[in-house]
Amino acid sequence: MSDKVKVTIDGITVEVDNGTTILNAARQIGGDIVPPAMCYYSKLEGSGGKCRTCIVKVTKGSEKDPRPMPKLVASCRTTVMDGMEVLNITSPEVLEARAGVVEILLINHPLDCPVCDQAGECDLQNLGYEHGLQKTRYEFERRTFDRIDIGDKIQLHMNRCILCYRCVFTADQITNKRVHGILNRGDHSEISTYIQQAVDSDFSGNVIDVCPVGALTDKTFRFKNRVWFTKPVDAHRNCDHEKCNGKVTLWYKGEDVLRVTARKDQFGEVEEFICNTCRFDKKATSDWTIEHPTHIDDTSVIASNHYETLKPLPVIKPNAALQAANEIELHKTVKY
Amino acid sequence: MSRKLLLEHINVPGINTLEVYRQKGGYRAVEKALKTLTPEEIVEEVKKSGLRGRGGAGFPTGMKWSFLAKPEGVARYLVCNADESEPGTFKDRYLMTHIPHALIEGMIVSSFALGAKVSYIYVRGEMMPQIRILEKAIAEAKAAGWLGKNILGTGYDLELYVQPGGGAYICGEETALLESLEGKRGNPRIKPPFPAIAGLYGCPTVVNNVESIAAVVPIINDGGDEYAKIGIGRSTGTKLISASGNLVKPGVYEIELGLPVEEFIYSDEYCGGIANGKRLKATVAGGSSVPILPANLTLKYANGEPRLMSYESLSEGGFATGTMMGSGGFIAFDEDQCIVRNTWNFSRFYHHESCGQCSPCREGTGWMEKVLHKIEHGHGSMEDVDLLWDIQRKIEGNTICPLGDAAAWPVASAIRHFRDEFEWHIKEPAKSQTQNYGIANYAVPIEKEPVTEEK
Repeated sequence: MSDKVKVTIDGITVEVDNGTTILNAARQIGGDIVPPAMCYYSKLEGSGGKCRTCIVKVTKGSEKDPRPMPKLVASCRTTVMDGMEVLNITSPEVLEARAGVVEILLINHPLDCPVCDQAGECDLQNLGYEHGLQKTRYEFERRTFDRIDIGDKIQLHMNRCILCYRCVFTADQITNKRVHGILNRGDHSEISTYIQQAVDSDFSGNVIDVCPVGALTDKTFRFKNRVWFTKPVDAHRNCDHEKCNGKVTLWYKGEDVLRVTARKDQFGEVEEFICNTCRFDKKATSDWTIEHPTHIDDTSVIASNHYETLKPLPVIKPNAALQAANEIELHKTVKY
Repeated sequence: MSRKLLLEHINVPGINTLEVYRQKGGYRAVEKALKTLTPEEIVEEVKKSGLRGRGGAGFPTGMKWSFLAKPEGVARYLVCNADESEPGTFKDRYLMTHIPHALIEGMIVSSFALGAKVSYIYVRGEMMPQIRILEKAIAEAKAAGWLGKNILGTGYDLELYVQPGGGAYICGEETALLESLEGKRGNPRIKPPFPAIAGLYGCPTVVNNVESIAAVVPIINDGGDEYAKIGIGRSTGTKLISASGNLVKPGVYEIELGLPVEEFIYSDEYCGGIANGKRLKATVAGGSSVPILPANLTLKYANGEPRLMSYESLSEGGFATGTMMGSGGFIAFDEDQCIVRNTWNFSRFYHHESCGQCSPCREGTGWMEKVLHKIEHGHGSMEDVDLLWDIQRKIEGNTICPLGDAAAWPVASAIRHFRDEFEWHIKEPAKSQTQNYGIANYAVPIEKEPVTEEK
């Protein structure tokens, strides 16, 4: 077999390396056909397959074996075969299943976005806007946990957690020792450290960046500001930590650096993991060499206040034709 | 009397000891296999026998064995899945308690066939007595030279270990079992790679059910062709059925596959009918995760043909009017049993046992359990039934491992066949707390003509 294989996703053919997953092939195409991923993280080995938001339909297995796959598959863990044909947003079955996953992810989520620090840059929030229902059908009490401080810089708010396991993989792979994992099972499972031990590692702060929701938050930033009021700026410093290259994004409010995060790419994944010194201790402009405003390629509210695009947001006028075309979607509040 | 292969000597006193087991012809298969057959020939025999996995999925065992990757210089493992925790299934426990040597003999032959030098029996954590029985039996076998170095002077070495599980249903899923065996959290792995390529410690591994492994012994003794003569169609051989519920004689029965379901329930050789002279309302034919069927569909297909105890026949009619063989946990419900309560009980189990790895199963099982609890306790509304249907549809097929499907099917089938009982619970909340819906029309015999089923 040659090194390159052809895969068609939603009618768009792309040639990718052998062994690429469907999700990564879709990311090479880009745009709307990229399946959302809540648990997959390309920098973390073994991640993915858990949240099921990236499910797609494989209508043709490969050139050799053209049978379709019987079930919807997790695109983040299914490798492409030559001649594979995949349906993502063009398959109503996929969209329905994905909406189901989103609904299920939200039933035990506290939906406390108004007080959550992650709001505005939250993957679950974006996903909820895109696929979720406007009303929940869940009428029972949501599971609750107490907030735990893991270390003096990170707070764990387990209620919001969607158990993507990203932070577990981070703790396993980025830091030297395994600091935390999952306790219990089923919907009682929780992220925890062994007997509430503090997470103590130079890279532990990265669990905040990988968390797709507001379960792990930066205590130095908690309740300081909404992210869409802050202005992100790319900066770097000469970090003396051997594994940290000191390339970060500073989040400014006025003259103050409110928080420091690693630089994220268009899929919300960090480019390089950064050390805790850069993240928590260097919060003065004088510590950093500022490069340029961060390019935010995000459809969420975080991009709206951004000075990179000085064009004002378009005023939304009701469009009768559009409303007629989307009648089913608009009626979802009352029926479905 | 039908043929018994596994439980032939079950009533012989002392069959759990090596001495008596040997007198009754035990370990013949090991002698035959190690001295006269090559591993390939054994795999061929098992393939010829048509033996299908007895753990639930019914995948042909010989085929599974032939898929095992055989790279040079890499160890191969055989793991016996004795993590039997499906509600309604207790056949493996019975087998291990009474004839532990049958399993050990099967393990030796199978390990030889697969070229495994180290094999494990992963026993459910709650089965402490069986773990002790197996360890005692292994010690006996080792002392007699059936295990260890250079077995029977053939130069084949095998070490057999018993590993107690931590008591999680999910560890009966083969990849979760391997994770657990490795000492990790028992989360199912994402397939591919399948265990036949990268299983235990990343080496090629075969995971088989206790009964499948024990069934290898008669296959080697009598030959695969002889074994294939028993049974019907692609369901060959004998199967242990653990019958429970409102039966006159519940217990573990060895049946020849192809036995009519009616005969199994009502004949005196097997279950002896429904206890206390009541009528059969519904059955779960293969352990809690297979669809539940009303009495009339249990005994007959939708077209009026009698249903048989075999893999094909039980699944005849698909999900609309059929069920599955599963692991052979046959549960019978009489007219006084409440299907809503039973469904709630099953989903409570799956809620408790979901590993929490992938979202639809983790959250969805809890949701179903809560909705069913509400209906069962007289607080339900009509939308709840539709909601339940919707939730189960969103779980089924969207999870990493089959536990999601296993949690969805009982709910789906209960709504499909017993929807009027659910609705009765909602319409008559007060009544439903004090009395049962009764047998209604669930046992009305199906006439021998094409009947159109709802949905």
